[in-house]
Amino acid sequence: MITRRDFFKKTALSIAGAAIPLAALEIVDPKKLFAEVAAETTSTRWVFLVDTYKCVGCGLCVKACKLENEVPYDANVSRTWVERYVLTKKGHVYADSPKAARDGFTTAKIDLNADGLKDISGEGIEKAFFVPKLCNQCENPPCVQVCPVGATYQTADGVVLVDRTWCIGCGYCIMGCPYGARFFHPVYHTAEKCTFCYHRISKGLKTACVQACPFGARQIGNIKDPNDPVTQIIKTQRVGVLKSEYGTKPQVYYIGLDEEVR
Amino acid sequence: MKNHVFRPLFVVLGIVVLILLARIVIVPKDFGIHARGYMYGWHRKGNEEDWKNFKVKYQGKEYCKDCHSDKYDSINKTPHRIIQCENCHGPAIDHPSDPPKLTIDRSRALCLRCHFPLPYPSSGRANIRSIDPEQHNPGMECCTCHNPHNPMEGLR
Repeated sequence: MITRRDFFKKTALSIAGAAIPLAALEIVDPKKLFAEVAAETTSTRWVFLVDTYKCVGCGLCVKACKLENEVPYDANVSRTWVERYVLTKKGHVYADSPKAARDGFTTAKIDLNADGLKDISGEGIEKAFFVPKLCNQCENPPCVQVCPVGATYQTADGVVLVDRTWCIGCGYCIMGCPYGARFFHPVYHTAEKCTFCYHRISKGLKTACVQACPFGARQIGNIKDPNDPVTQIIKTQRVGVLKSEYGTKPQVYYIGLDEEVR
Repeated sequence: MKNHVFRPLFVVLGIVVLILLARIVIVPKDFGIHARGYMYGWHRKGNEEDWKNFKVKYQGKEYCKDCHSDKYDSINKTPHRIIQCENCHGPAIDHPSDPPKLTIDRSRALCLRCHFPLPYPSSGRANIRSIDPEQHNPGMECCTCHNPHNPMEGLR
């Protein structure tokens, strides 16, 4: 005859036993673990440098990116985009990026979405400039941290990628990115983002946007290489990053960043 | 001891075993935490290779140099030398085998990306010579009169 006390004791014990995953019973060898991590540590950490003084808003970078990376050309999504900021003498700030600036900026009218187009040209402008944007390939990527299935991850050389076969399309990463760099791919229905053209940089090529930029506003470099010209600019000149207050340690550096740029 | 008391427990244990067995089959062998550790590293290692094997489409102007040396040399003597061939001619991919012919963008909109007047202070755009497209021969392609490979030679 089993007593109620025995029953509860045995049930609790059995559930506790069943709750231990097989992986927890594996004895971890610290030396083996350390060797695995060391074998995958590289001498490369990709970073990006944007010179906003040089950008003229032609949008050829966006066009090249969409064609290179097979992002549907007419869908209103893009891995990279160019923002236009116009600050007036009256203190107003206007910003737009029509079609992610795929066709450049060929009008003085600012696209205010539901509020229509606002023509701002000539004397009223205090300052105006263009800011190219792309994934910041953060050192602490919040998009990776929130992925429930391990579909998005950071490579040893610092690039955040998405595994399209593994992504379940929950959209947590799209919500988690403070920079709005992620979106759903209209064809694959998985999370999509800038890869720093991983297929190009790993072959020694420049990214499609860097190559397409006629003005040298975009540059890619390896911050672990002290002789890299991009590294030297980041280490010796005044550069800024976007939304540093989030603690994500973004790795896209900007020359000439204005406080109005978000 | 009554056997039926333990039956639900056996069912639960069976489900746990099934999940663990399914996990062995479904999770790929190369799925793990890898270089970036527990918080940022979980992934299928093979996906890195998948991304590296993605097709390169933009080849750069040096790719065009050998066959189209006349155009290459001509544009290199002009301010347009900073523009990649593929920005107007489209990605080369494996040209001339695939595609055998590139589609050239001759639209006014392409030229206006840089040459529409936006004299914005603190932007490089202010330094580019521009035309007002509503006043300057509206409806005509720019390359009817201007040679994009040698814009300084005068009108043709």
